[in-house]
Amino acid sequence: MATVATKTGIFRRPSAKTGLWSWITTVDHKRIGILYGYTAFAFFLAGGIEAFLIRLQLATPEGKVLDADLYNQMFTTHGVTMIFLVVMPMGAAFFNYLLPLMIGARDVAFPRLNALSYWVFLFGGLFLYSSWFLGGAPDGGWFGYAPLSTLGPDVLPGENRMDFYAIGLQILGIASIVASVNFIVTIINMRAPGMKLLRMPVFVWMTLVVNFLLLFAMPIIAVALFMMSFDRNFGTNFFNAASGGDPILWQHLFWLFGHPEVYILILPAMGIVSEVLPTFSKKPLFGYSAVVFSGIAIGFMGWGVWAHHMFTVGLGSVANQAFAVSTMFIAVPTGVKIFNWMATLVRGSIRLNTPMLFSIGFVAMFVIGGLSGVTHSIVPHDTQQQDTYYIVAHFHYVLFGGAIFGLFSGIYYWFPKAFGRMMNDRLGKLHFWLMFIGFNVTFGPFHILGLKGMPRRYYTYQADKGWNLWNMVATVGVFIIMASILVFMANWWISRRRGRRASADPWDGRTLEWTIPSPPPEYNFLEVPRVHHRDDFWHQKYSQDAKGRPVPVPVGAAPEHEADHDAGHNIHLPSPSYFPLIAAAGLPIMGYSLMYKWWVPLAIGLVVLLAGFYGWILEPAAEEEH
Amino acid sequence: MNPSRWKAANLPRAKLVFATATLTLLATACSKDAPLNFLHPEGPIARKADRLWDLTFGIAVVIFVLVEGALLFVVIKYRQKSKNDAPKQIHGNTRLEVIWTLIPVVLLAAVAIPNVKGIADLYAKPKGDPLEVTVVAHQWWWEYRYGASGLVTANELHIPVDRPVYLTLESVDVIHSFWVPKLAGKQDLVPGRKNSMTLIAEKPGEYLGTCAEYCGLSHANMRLKVFAHEAADFDEWLDGQLLEAESPSDSLAAKGEEVFMKGDCVQCHAIKGTEAAATFAPDLTHFASRTTFAGSIFPNDTENLRLWLRDAPSRKPGSKMPSGIKDMGLDDQDIEALIAYLQSLK
Repeated sequence: MATVATKTGIFRRPSAKTGLWSWITTVDHKRIGILYGYTAFAFFLAGGIEAFLIRLQLATPEGKVLDADLYNQMFTTHGVTMIFLVVMPMGAAFFNYLLPLMIGARDVAFPRLNALSYWVFLFGGLFLYSSWFLGGAPDGGWFGYAPLSTLGPDVLPGENRMDFYAIGLQILGIASIVASVNFIVTIINMRAPGMKLLRMPVFVWMTLVVNFLLLFAMPIIAVALFMMSFDRNFGTNFFNAASGGDPILWQHLFWLFGHPEVYILILPAMGIVSEVLPTFSKKPLFGYSAVVFSGIAIGFMGWGVWAHHMFTVGLGSVANQAFAVSTMFIAVPTGVKIFNWMATLVRGSIRLNTPMLFSIGFVAMFVIGGLSGVTHSIVPHDTQQQDTYYIVAHFHYVLFGGAIFGLFSGIYYWFPKAFGRMMNDRLGKLHFWLMFIGFNVTFGPFHILGLKGMPRRYYTYQADKGWNLWNMVATVGVFIIMASILVFMANWWISRRRGRRASADPWDGRTLEWTIPSPPPEYNFLEVPRVHHRDDFWHQKYSQDAKGRPVPVPVGAAPEHEADHDAGHNIHLPSPSYFPLIAAAGLPIMGYSLMYKWWVPLAIGLVVLLAGFYGWILEPAAEEEH
Repeated sequence: MNPSRWKAANLPRAKLVFATATLTLLATACSKDAPLNFLHPEGPIARKADRLWDLTFGIAVVIFVLVEGALLFVVIKYRQKSKNDAPKQIHGNTRLEVIWTLIPVVLLAAVAIPNVKGIADLYAKPKGDPLEVTVVAHQWWWEYRYGASGLVTANELHIPVDRPVYLTLESVDVIHSFWVPKLAGKQDLVPGRKNSMTLIAEKPGEYLGTCAEYCGLSHANMRLKVFAHEAADFDEWLDGQLLEAESPSDSLAAKGEEVFMKGDCVQCHAIKGTEAAATFAPDLTHFASRTTFAGSIFPNDTENLRLWLRDAPSRKPGSKMPSGIKDMGLDDQDIEALIAYLQSLK
């Protein structure tokens, strides 16, 4: 094989270290994490613009900003974007960047597979968004209920809109499944010596739970999406009642994926908060084991509550009773987490820097979302709340007040590590307060609108329903949120260029990533660390007096590693590769071909995919020595 | 790090303002101006659900105040005093953790019991002599078939007070959801299934309803009304509705009937007592007795009828009724005649 490689150059590993090509061929988990982050943020802006248009349309009764058709595309795409193209990949950005650093590894288990995940995600997202230019975006809701989504233009406008949904999510699902295997193997196999499972940072634990959820949940939606595609394109009748199918089958499959999915969205943020609160309280996480095991419990119980999305479907009283009770009791492990986080703060030394504000904001908002969630489990009353803005309020408190606040906390917390500079704390606080206020002004009124009976997914409403005032207030709130995002972007821009230089350990951190320089060298750890404690770095820096109070270890005893340009020269790192990109490029080609029934391009897409894998297998393990 | 120059006072103040504002907002949600507001139930079924809500919401508010208050207190009280603070490294407290695991369990169990019982009641078939009506959902209107009497009507459901109305729910196209918040929670209408629910009204009057499951382009334009009558008034209404349509005496209306029967209208609509017997679109036998039309979104008056007959899709996105002018070849005189005919169908 080596001869083919040297003669043709096809299989030579790319070697660029800087510039565009180095990013395209990178297999470095840190760079892939940054790519995930930027891409997810770009989609966050797109999804935000969609939300903005939705709120403009609903600001006043009989709004004229969007017509029914455009509105339906807008709310569907907003949901799909925020879930699949923002919160999930933003979680992946953190997993990628931090996981190896936190467990003392030099990369993930399968670096090229990691690159493949990113490129498949990117192409899946672009595939979905190309629908805007090819006959319209999906308009059947992010939940894609059959038979509305499967019976074609007779019941729902657009020839291919829901094909973009079915195939686009299928592609994105591949990215998630591939990544989940990678992260699970990394956590299980690549921990530094001494990093026992119960010494892992909580963020790593939550990553592990999330990726098991992904591994088992994504195949379920994959099956459902295949059925949808076949019903739409090949005349099967899985969901067509007129031909013996059952629309409710879709709902069971979708929510059997969809409920674990909500924990996939929230657990990474819970992991971040569990790192930030101890650091900024100068105390260890209260009840580490309880927080870890409640995360695992949520992961298991998350599989047993899916039908609470279906209380009005007509499953019968026994099913509704069972799922009502299971839903109520999933609040228990969630409550345990909340109490432990609060107890972490008690008797601490709390610094209210931006990451901490976002984490406290997370706890405060998540409590509201959690409480409204419990009220949904009261089935007789849920039949009133279901499909109203009260539900919309609930999941925005969990996913925006929860997940997004948690992710911003993580961004401010680890920015210095990733880029070697501090983010501006004053702008950060401005960002937090604007977002906190804007968020509550926007989504607080949704509770009231819902209780006043305003249904979801209505492109218009009449002035006599009593919804005018709070709709206007909510729309005003969106402007405040947008202002907060602009502040964040300005802060990012300024801090990337002129932010104060960050030391290796700017926050007095507790975990391994703070032992290495900011930004970390490509090889992460000059020497693979040996771990002796939970919060190992903290124990390197502090000993304890008789009353359990921390006493700094004399300077010099805990050496800070400074970057040494010759150091690490002999560390073997995985070589860059362009084959993950090639393989990933085959998928959207196949996607378009399947949708438009172009059989030759379909074959070409398959060839591209296989060629990517073929080259992947045949390329040498490393670039050749010169 | 930069010791923060942001003043401590800002945090508690903002949070207090927020907490107060939230509670005020929730309190105003109870105002009476909203016809779909389900916190003001007007029937026993909706009221039962509302009682469960009061219980749960009450507990939730208490927990909200306690938890958010405690969070606020802790954040203020334990703020960094000096960079050299050396807080005791507490790793946990088993007793405390057991307590705050058990408290939610007990609270939830207390709510779970009435919840489970409420669910059983919700789905029990009503006792006594219920009025049985089959509701068939269409994109985007409601068809009502009154059990034994054979009456078929649309969008406006008439029921007697103080007598349970047992609805069988079906759909001909996609999933819809039948919801009259003042009387009962919603229930989906699923193609290929027969769901059921019970409505009970206590007072004569008009109750607004609306489709609650996303059903395509005009999901927002699929409303309904329930009219509750005293028993005698209901029987009178029913007798009137069972009569067949008579040929109009008025010449314009008679021309309208001709246009109706010879044109496209008859392809989709039924009018009992005439040759029109199609079931794709609403039964129009007593069209003029309805206060609204087209999924209960337009008042049933001459101007709205004219606009509707001229070009329905421009009035209601995706309307299955084609444009009178463009698609059905009607002219202005035809439309005036049709209006006269429809208005004769009392």
